[in-house]
Amino acid sequence: MQYITPLAPAYAEVFLLIMVCAILLLDLFLRDEERGTTYALTLATVLGCFLITGFTDWGGEIYTFSGMFVADSMANLLKLGIYISVAVALVYSQAYIRERGMLRGEYFLLALFAMLGMMVMVSANHLLTLYLGLELLSLSLYAMIALQRDSAVATEAAMKYFVLGALASGMLLYGMSMLYGATGTLELTRMADAIATDAADGTILLFALVFIVAGLGFKLSAVPFHMWVPDVYQGAPTAVTLLISSAPKLAAFAFVIRLLVSGLGADYLAGQWQWMLVIMAVLSLAIGNIAAIAQTNLKRMLAYSTISHMGFLLLGVLAASNDGYASAMFYVMVYVLMTLGTFGMILLLSRAGFEAEMLDDFKGLNARNPWFAFIMLLLMFSMAGVPPAVGFYAKLSVLWAVMDAGFIWLAVVAVLFSLIGAFYYLRVVKLMYFDEPVDHSPIAPGAGMRWLLSLNGIAVLALGVLPGGLMGQCVKSITLSLR
Amino acid sequence: MTMDYPILSLVIWVPVIAGGVVLAIGDRQPRITRVLALIGALAGLIVALPLWTQFDRGTGDFQFQELAPWIARFNVSYHLGIDGMSLLLILLNCVTTVLVVIAGWEVIKQRVAQYMAALLILSGLMNGVFCALDGLLFYVFFEATLIPMFIIIGVWGGPNRVYAAVKFFLYTLMGSLLSLVALIYLFNAAGGSFSLLSFYEVPLPLDVQVLIFSAFMVAFAVKVPMWPVHTWLPDAHVEAPTGGSVVLAAIMLKLGGYGFLRLSLPIVPDASHEMAGIVIALSLIAVVYIGLVALVQADMKKLIAYSSISHMGFVTLGIFIFSAQGMEGAILQMISHGFISGALFLCVGVLYDRMHSRLIADYGGVANRMPVFAALFMLFAMANAGLPGTSGFVGEWLVILATMNLNFWYAALAATTLIFGAAYTLWMYKRVMFGAVANARVQELTDIGMRELLVLGVLAVAVLAMGLYPAPLGEVLHESVSEILRLAAPGRKLLIGL
Repeated sequence: MQYITPLAPAYAEVFLLIMVCAILLLDLFLRDEERGTTYALTLATVLGCFLITGFTDWGGEIYTFSGMFVADSMANLLKLGIYISVAVALVYSQAYIRERGMLRGEYFLLALFAMLGMMVMVSANHLLTLYLGLELLSLSLYAMIALQRDSAVATEAAMKYFVLGALASGMLLYGMSMLYGATGTLELTRMADAIATDAADGTILLFALVFIVAGLGFKLSAVPFHMWVPDVYQGAPTAVTLLISSAPKLAAFAFVIRLLVSGLGADYLAGQWQWMLVIMAVLSLAIGNIAAIAQTNLKRMLAYSTISHMGFLLLGVLAASNDGYASAMFYVMVYVLMTLGTFGMILLLSRAGFEAEMLDDFKGLNARNPWFAFIMLLLMFSMAGVPPAVGFYAKLSVLWAVMDAGFIWLAVVAVLFSLIGAFYYLRVVKLMYFDEPVDHSPIAPGAGMRWLLSLNGIAVLALGVLPGGLMGQCVKSITLSLR
Repeated sequence: MTMDYPILSLVIWVPVIAGGVVLAIGDRQPRITRVLALIGALAGLIVALPLWTQFDRGTGDFQFQELAPWIARFNVSYHLGIDGMSLLLILLNCVTTVLVVIAGWEVIKQRVAQYMAALLILSGLMNGVFCALDGLLFYVFFEATLIPMFIIIGVWGGPNRVYAAVKFFLYTLMGSLLSLVALIYLFNAAGGSFSLLSFYEVPLPLDVQVLIFSAFMVAFAVKVPMWPVHTWLPDAHVEAPTGGSVVLAAIMLKLGGYGFLRLSLPIVPDASHEMAGIVIALSLIAVVYIGLVALVQADMKKLIAYSSISHMGFVTLGIFIFSAQGMEGAILQMISHGFISGALFLCVGVLYDRMHSRLIADYGGVANRMPVFAALFMLFAMANAGLPGTSGFVGEWLVILATMNLNFWYAALAATTLIFGAAYTLWMYKRVMFGAVANARVQELTDIGMRELLVLGVLAVAVLAMGLYPAPLGEVLHESVSEILRLAAPGRKLLIGL
């Protein structure tokens, strides 16, 4: 076996931190018209991280920093997903933030810090690391939302997000402190061992579990902890909404798996959180899908749609089997892919002084630009779970895992709510294809945006025709990472 | 029967790829787009023709099989194969596609490329449904057909098209989502395989069979459509453009009947027998009640839509009698209905293109101005009424005969269709075509052109040929039907208790 230095599993994080500091300094000396350099450097940094993570797959679980940090295949795969989604989000938002005077160093630095937070979360094996990553991510996002400080909606959204986020963090911390009290350790693997040997007091553990699940619910935006989602999605600048709604969900998934499965995965605890998640999942599916119908603002509609997607994600987790986790992981990856494309479309239609965030702004898109209308069509049908788009396979694998765990009624509930969900996705298609355009301004995106968005749309179809590869990767990484 | 090239894949993907090419060419030169679409449709028909000549009529096994792994995690394979029933439906689909492309030649003026592409892609996907031998593959094709049809109704449809398109989509989606749950259940029961052939063999207790049957029933009953989940069909037909109506009536409804025969009966035979009474009752209601509803329609397209539901009642009736005669009758009825309903919708389309009205009251004495058209329309109207010598007679007669063996009163009720069918079709024909010229606009009508004559002429030949000499179709079906009946035998896979 080769010798690995203690720092090696965290090379990507270290590289990222160094680059963030370098860009931070460099940006001070750049004039406003030279911000393109910051943008290019940011993308180069993300690419660098991608290469490091991509080429340093050690295989198996590698613990470092006295067991506080773990590099396993699940973390690696999720990190790769995070890099791609952050990079795509940056490319999509470039024109948008330039037109709104947000093209400043802070935007990119905060995005990179948020990414670092996500990476730490994904690789955490210790409650402190987990919390550190979570807060790094959340604080960067709060600041990004408020970046347009003259915008009342954005400030309100940031405030709301901050207050509720702080509340959720408080709950998590409270739960964590009780876990520490019961098991005497903050390290997740040791905690699992302590619970397995019955060294911990069951009542305290259950009490802690309730707080932990509530905190997770906030971060995942599952009902009944979803109140902040629509307001934040709508109030934040679309470029930031894109960032919030995509990559952090991958980190949140890792968060759930690390805490609930690696830490609190013992059978009697799993039996408890399983039912908590059942309630959250059913409520998320119901409220997300039903409330989305009533929305006229696309960003708000997508916020509710996110809630319902998180309900599906929870279905996969609550199956409490490796198959279920792998399905949930596949689901969250597919979800991120679709969300990137959808918010990318909103950014595409927005221009200086005009936010294309109302549903009606999509009217007659087919007459204005058939190609992008087609991409949006694919994205919408994918979100609705209609084959051959990839969203169908995500739903299929989650449904299968849930039924395999014996919850056939849950699968029936889930499909009935996705039928309701299909309606509002169909409405977008209806607006684009069946209605005449009111706005005739040409759609002329930059080359990067045009190619990437096209690629994004094609990926939804291509993965739908051949979903086996990504699915297999998810199964492999979960089976390698979880015992 | 094996071939040295993947013929079924070609049958599926040639139209789909042609559709993609048409879509990519776009509307810059509509003429080229149309010609390309026609070439694509013809290519789709030509690659399907060897199926007819090479098909081995002496076996009920699936032929021309193709097998390749597809999704490793769920052990899903790209497994294709056809029997006689699929063969006939595929050929019907390919012929209809060509006709529909020609029929839309001048009528569709806006977004020609998208219209033609949607038709071609739809045609390929429906061939996929008829070929799929893997449950998930079947489901993917089955669902995917919704997207192009939704677009066709919604973009090129009538004034109330949005309502009709959304209703169509949600109704059918509701049906199929439940069947997805059933398929996943079967996947687990069959030990981790979506293959239909393994579904055919897995033993199931009766209560589970009934649940699975119900899930499939919802999916396929909506598609057929059976009373009382038929209400989407009149809306969809009335609002859809002519081409959309033709494809919907001629092929898409058959997905339901096909689903019953390919999935419900062989996979859950005991539940099928158990529930046959209900299905027969619903079918008879469709035949009689919907026949009466058709009688009072003021809109020609709506009348034909209701007539479709009534005729499809014969299909489900024939299937659930569980006799070779009834099943063959049901399949022949599906094919014949494909020709006749397609032709009738095209006839209404011919009138609508000239008068922009579908209301019977706006017409009268059309025969005076359009004699050639009147003759063809007459033939199709008679076929719809089940006149011997036309294709409409063959299937209905076989189904009534088979029903008679089961129960005289069922047969008597079913036979009323011969009266009602004649009544509503011929009464409509009389009011539209005969009498004095009703108004100035009718006076200005011109007879059908070469393009319309070609399309209707092909269908007329098909209707007559099938009516006068149905034996070649029967030969193709015999072995396949007896194989389905063997699989659908009661008690074959019953498992008592869990």
